[in-house]
Amino acid sequence: MKRRNFLKACLIGGTTIAMGKTNKGWASGSFEGYPESMGVLVDTTRCIGCRSCEAACNKEQKLPEPDTSFDDKSVFEEPRRPTAKAYTVVNQYEKEKPGGPVYRKVQCNHCNEPACLTSCFVNAYTKTKEGAVIYNSKVCVGCRNCMIACPFNVPGYDYESVTNPVIKKCILCYDTRLKVGKPPACVDICPQEALTFGHRADLIKIAHERIRSNPDRYLDHVYGEKEVGGTSWLYLSGTEFDKIGFDPSLSNDPIISNVKDFLGMVPMVLSIWPALFSGIHLLSKHESGGEGHDTESKEEEP
Amino acid sequence: MKNMIKHGLAVVDSPYDESGKKRTVVQKLLLGLSPSQYLLQAFRNPFNWILAAIFAIGIPILLGRFVFGLAWATSGSNDYPWGLFLGFGLFAMVPLSSSGFQLGTACEIFGRHDLEPIERLALLNGLLGYFFAVVYLLADLGQPWRLPYPMVVSFGPAAVLFLVAWHVATYLSVQVAEVSTAFFEWIGFPAGKRGVRRITLGLTVSGIILSTLHQGALGALFTYAPGKVHPLWYSSSFQWLHFFVSSLPGGLCMVITVSTIAYKFMGWRTDRRFKEALDRCTVTLAKGACMGIATYITIKLIGIAHDNKWSYLDSGWGQWFMLEIIVGFMLPLVLMTYGVHTRKMGVIRLGAFATVFGVVLNRVNTAIITFNWKLPEREIPPWREVVISLTIFAIYIVVYRFILYRLPILYKWRQQEEEVTVTEAVTAPAAGHREASPVAVASYSKMTKLD
Ligand code: SF4
Ligand code: SF4
Ligand code: SF4
Repeated sequence: MKRRNFLKACLIGGTTIAMGKTNKGWASGSFEGYPESMGVLVDTTRCIGCRSCEAACNKEQKLPEPDTSFDDKSVFEEPRRPTAKAYTVVNQYEKEKPGGPVYRKVQCNHCNEPACLTSCFVNAYTKTKEGAVIYNSKVCVGCRNCMIACPFNVPGYDYESVTNPVIKKCILCYDTRLKVGKPPACVDICPQEALTFGHRADLIKIAHERIRSNPDRYLDHVYGEKEVGGTSWLYLSGTEFDKIGFDPSLSNDPIISNVKDFLGMVPMVLSIWPALFSGIHLLSKHESGGEGHDTESKEEEP
Repeated sequence: MKNMIKHGLAVVDSPYDESGKKRTVVQKLLLGLSPSQYLLQAFRNPFNWILAAIFAIGIPILLGRFVFGLAWATSGSNDYPWGLFLGFGLFAMVPLSSSGFQLGTACEIFGRHDLEPIERLALLNGLLGYFFAVVYLLADLGQPWRLPYPMVVSFGPAAVLFLVAWHVATYLSVQVAEVSTAFFEWIGFPAGKRGVRRITLGLTVSGIILSTLHQGALGALFTYAPGKVHPLWYSSSFQWLHFFVSSLPGGLCMVITVSTIAYKFMGWRTDRRFKEALDRCTVTLAKGACMGIATYITIKLIGIAHDNKWSYLDSGWGQWFMLEIIVGFMLPLVLMTYGVHTRKMGVIRLGAFATVFGVVLNRVNTAIITFNWKLPEREIPPWREVVISLTIFAIYIVVYRFILYRLPILYKWRQQEEEVTVTEAVTAPAAGHREASPVAVASYSKMTKLD
């Protein structure tokens, strides 16, 4: 968490010296990620849209009953997004194409440098060393800033709840499985082996290996390897990524790097403004002959 | 109120009534009227009827929001997490309230004492604007009772919102202190006023710092969402500058707007000093606002050129953008420049209204209208959300008016601090309490010199 600590130092200490020293750690691309990070590789060419992962997630995370059963294929008519009641959804794309429909599972991608985490002002999010991005609903204030920030539109909010509305999203089954070394529920149940669980570094190797040995089947791109600083969930596809609901315009820089211009300015203002304005005050006081406040000025508007 | 003054009622502008007796707080609260007189004047005012109608519908719905939850009151959507409460209430109210720190700076730092007649109005405008921005925020937060969490329970110091929270909170207390001098005068607590005066410089400088940072920070919040806000309203390097710079004319023009309204509808509450200074101050504020707008338009163009976004102008979004820039910024710039040169106050004021409109439109555009512009459907706020936003705004107006009626904001509290000696205490009230009376004027200006 080098970069984050730096930002903290910047904001709290407000010193320009700290800035000069650690500035290198800030430059995009120098962040190495989490060596022990786990992840999931999603092979969209294998997914058949059975929605068993949705059902497994619902059970594992003790989510409320869905509106329609998990066998109902009519949900595919409209693209859906994860909500507070469904941490993962499977969408159907390219129905009309001869190659048949393509399905894609959507859930939190567990970014290496999560925008949700960096935008939350009560630090509700944590990136664990296993790579999961989890959250502490006990401190969430409900500002929904993390929803604004997440580049994948993932966190869902419990708008219906009156007394305890909080942010909800996939936590990579951290509490019940990941922590004890077990694969997430959705991965476990997948009948097609469309989901592969493992070390993120290994998954990237596997993904490239699949592309290499089957160049006709896959596009030469692993979505999530570099996007917004890399994510723990990685995707392989045979169709253009923007056709299956991915945002191709996301840059490889983590979201926080967009904010750095402003964050860098903060210590400057903190250190320069007081001196500057007190100085101006002294000057102007001298010029006007030491006139105090609350006295009528003799000067007329020019 | 106007009628009553015509019928010989004295306005409360000093701690003593006509007979030289000290006024009680209740008397001051009732503006020197008897309770029945007070009700009568409130009843006669048609504006109060409109407010009553808004409250009759709005207050139950506002309460309902806390009983039935956000989903009941707002569109509550996962794709548009921020609706009117924040888009209008927070993002538009805050720039319109930058007046406090600007006039504070002009008067206290740059020594522009000629602006003092309007300084208190600007400070109050700042305080109330921020306060109600927080009220809107409370209505919007899922768990409003956890608002102090970022202060005491759990810190996320790397988040821009953390800055906003801290700065708005500290700045609110700075503003409370700044406005408190008027309050101390009114309740008759000179020691308090002196205490605050002594730290004015510190307060003002911290005001500048906090304002620069959080006005900018509100803009920087959107840099977390590159690609979500339409590129014409988004600039990763300049977003905070755009927000900060446009807040400057926004705040100044809001003061012109409020002072115009106060002058028109609260003439009895203003004093000679305010009336005489108003046009001159308005011109000065307008000049400042023009500088701000010109800078804003320039950096906005730089922002577009920097990321080479010209092609977006040739689209529906581009037209909407041009409308905002032309009606909300260029037109007022022309109007106010023309007005300043020809000393046409009406034109200046029109320009100021347009600027306020422009700043509000800009914030609403950034936070709601162009947000998630790539998604197929736009979200129309449901009626309950509109009603609640309107109700909170009506409460804002009522509180604003309540304070302007009473505290020495638009007029000078006669008789101050140490100078209050027995003789003066008797002569001052005797010297006249009606503004129109020539005697009062003479003694009034004498009083002014004293403090
Ligand atoms: S996908 Fe969104 S919610 Fe998940 S870690 Fe990344 S930013 Fe956070
Ligand atoms: S909604 Fe909750 S988790 Fe999200 S940024 Fe706000 S406080 Fe943090
Ligand atoms: S990892 Fe766990 S929480 Fe996330 S989608 Fe899969 S089952 Fe649900």
